[in-house]
Amino acid sequence: MAWTKNVLRVNLETGSCTTEPLNMDWAHDYLGQRGLATKYLVSETDPKVEPFSPENKMIFVTGPLTGTMAATGGRYSVVTKGPLTGAIACSNSGGYFGAELKFAGWDMVIFEGASPKPVYLLITDEKAELVDASHLWGKTVWETEETIKKFHQDPQIRVAAIGRAGENKVLYAAIVNDLHRAAGRSGVGAVMGSKNLKAVAVRGTRTDAYQLANPDAFFAATEAGKKVLAANGVTGQGLPTYGTQVLMNVINELGALPTRNHREVQFEGALAIGGEAMHEKRPTDGKANLVTNGACFGCTIACGRISRMDPGHFSVKDKPQYHGASGGVEYEAAWALGAANGVSDLEALTYANFLCNEDGFDPISFGATVGAAMELYDLGLLTKEEIGFELPFGSTEGMVKLAELTARGEGFGKVIGLGSKRMCAKYGRPELSMTVKGQEFPAYDSRGLQGMGLAYATSNRGACHLRGYMVSPEVLGIPVKMEPQATEGKPAMLKAFQDLTAVVDSSGLCLFTTFAWGLADIQPQIQAACEGDWSEERLLLVGERIWNLEREYNLGAGLTGKDDNLPPRLMKEPAQTGPQKGAVSKLDIMLPEYYQLRGWTPEGVPTTETRARLGV
Amino acid sequence: MQKSLHIDPNKCTGCLQCEMACSWENYKSFTIAKSRIKVFSFHHEGRFVPYTCTQCDEAWCMVACPVDAIRLDPVTGAKIVLDPTCVGCKVCTIACPFGTINYVAQTGKVQKCDLCEGAPACAKACPTAAITYVDSDWTGLEKMRQWAGKTDTNPATV
Repeated sequence: MAWTKNVLRVNLETGSCTTEPLNMDWAHDYLGQRGLATKYLVSETDPKVEPFSPENKMIFVTGPLTGTMAATGGRYSVVTKGPLTGAIACSNSGGYFGAELKFAGWDMVIFEGASPKPVYLLITDEKAELVDASHLWGKTVWETEETIKKFHQDPQIRVAAIGRAGENKVLYAAIVNDLHRAAGRSGVGAVMGSKNLKAVAVRGTRTDAYQLANPDAFFAATEAGKKVLAANGVTGQGLPTYGTQVLMNVINELGALPTRNHREVQFEGALAIGGEAMHEKRPTDGKANLVTNGACFGCTIACGRISRMDPGHFSVKDKPQYHGASGGVEYEAAWALGAANGVSDLEALTYANFLCNEDGFDPISFGATVGAAMELYDLGLLTKEEIGFELPFGSTEGMVKLAELTARGEGFGKVIGLGSKRMCAKYGRPELSMTVKGQEFPAYDSRGLQGMGLAYATSNRGACHLRGYMVSPEVLGIPVKMEPQATEGKPAMLKAFQDLTAVVDSSGLCLFTTFAWGLADIQPQIQAACEGDWSEERLLLVGERIWNLEREYNLGAGLTGKDDNLPPRLMKEPAQTGPQKGAVSKLDIMLPEYYQLRGWTPEGVPTTETRARLGV
Repeated sequence: MQKSLHIDPNKCTGCLQCEMACSWENYKSFTIAKSRIKVFSFHHEGRFVPYTCTQCDEAWCMVACPVDAIRLDPVTGAKIVLDPTCVGCKVCTIACPFGTINYVAQTGKVQKCDLCEGAPACAKACPTAAITYVDSDWTGLEKMRQWAGKTDTNPATV
């Protein structure tokens, strides 16, 4: 129950769409979404597979609470082997697409092989078919969604698509649904492009797709949960008002805002690009950047930013197609497009963010790669001739041009599309790439927040803030306050966060609920929706099992404990300013304890006992 | 006192809790495709607008129905479709100027908002009070209050 118990298997090579029952043993061991799709991927593919080969599979997957009235119950994930990292890729998205897939009657869609020509998958309840997409190839995400809705004369279809970045295999290409929500990281969009799959379009109208195990208990639990979210300062006020951008000035003042490719830890332009600035009226046209906040499906927090640009801004002056409102910058995007390369023009960040949504690429990896390119330029390793224009730190025009070129796959945009690791290696300075396992850092400096450093180093999908959000204890004091520079207790707290996050990511709920919800709030919602026993103890075991299964996949892919590291800059070059002045990452102190707590060998491999205990 | 659904689009975030609540009320399923209230996203304007039947006094649907399948609920003022009587002719869907009565292929009947016997599920589910169920004679009260606040010209309070 709460699962539809149906899996759609699409063989892109032969064009066949077949239905099979969900493996319920696996559902009981891995819950859904992230965990369950990982189990399928591990069971069906060789971890050594080339990410762009037809042998790699790609899974769209919902959770048991997706498409329910549980607050934020609208998430889906895309799981595959990631081309940016060579590790498992699992990208989570909101919007309305995931719930629609559930209403059509599917827990997951497994894509196998590669199509000989561009196609999109059209799902109408039980019916699924591949449709020729030759006319859509080369089109943006936005054009694709509009064209599909018009062609089928159905404005209620939900679309997840790749843009030109995915087609061009930008290594951090995203899959964008509902125009501005994205399975954003690790290059899942590039895998979709490698399969010649342009889009997945879904219309779900079934009333019998799935049932709740205990409706009365479900409404009691979800209504209690909604009250907790509304009463909490972060989810009830901070996020609706400022979005994730509530963090920009907080993290900057704390001295943990990576600036100019992590050369610095504080950005003088933070105030101009933060959440408060989005509310301020522009001197140019008297309007604020922020139009309103918007929610994903079922979300009672509504942290989404809907922005409208200044139509007179140089980047869009002659481009009326960008004058309307659309998805504005969230904190991570504002940091990457701004602080990471020294740009403090909020309108330019908004434009670049529009382009990331329009052509489907991750603003975090893109912005961070631009920051690295600016450092290479600063060092004279990259020249104006090679790039086509000057690219000093802080160049708003340079960042904007690179966003356009990367979106189109033109000029130096092709190099930016490789990501920071490959670009820095290409120019002889691999150590300047601010990445873990090949994926660019998000917006927190490992020198300023010791726990985040450990979280980045050990994340199964490369540098990521969404696998164990140590910002909660280290900055916000959730569930307890931990000093940013302390190392004591951080490995244990991180393990707990990683396991809990794996549960949330497997349930259909949004991770942002955990600013207010603990497992005690989440457990009754899952228990009421799903058949079986879902005690807190069992859920944490499920989370730990998922974490270890991802780890096993990565070890099988050829990664080792040596990949649980941070760039030398963060270990050796101390923070220069602010409250964390003088600090470097103390990863080497925390990592052995973390391995021990995980039940892994000193080399970072799960022991036989751990494997047996978790059944991995 | 008769009550009306009152919609304040400015408060709507597009979460669709109302659509799920409506579907659950009538189908015991969260399938928003079956909802009688719809939230429209005017994406490029950054606006979300919930819309449903406003229960016209002289309801076009009720007048047009050839088999008298749409009746007035005297308590709530709702115009209610009587499923056993409805023949699915869809004339009401043509007559309604607002599009808020629609055919359901699954049942072969039309459906419209019936105010949930005086306890509308959508209003209960709305997390931002964009949809409320208030005194039908005073749906403008809150807006009046806001404007009234702006007319206070006493310098001491400004």
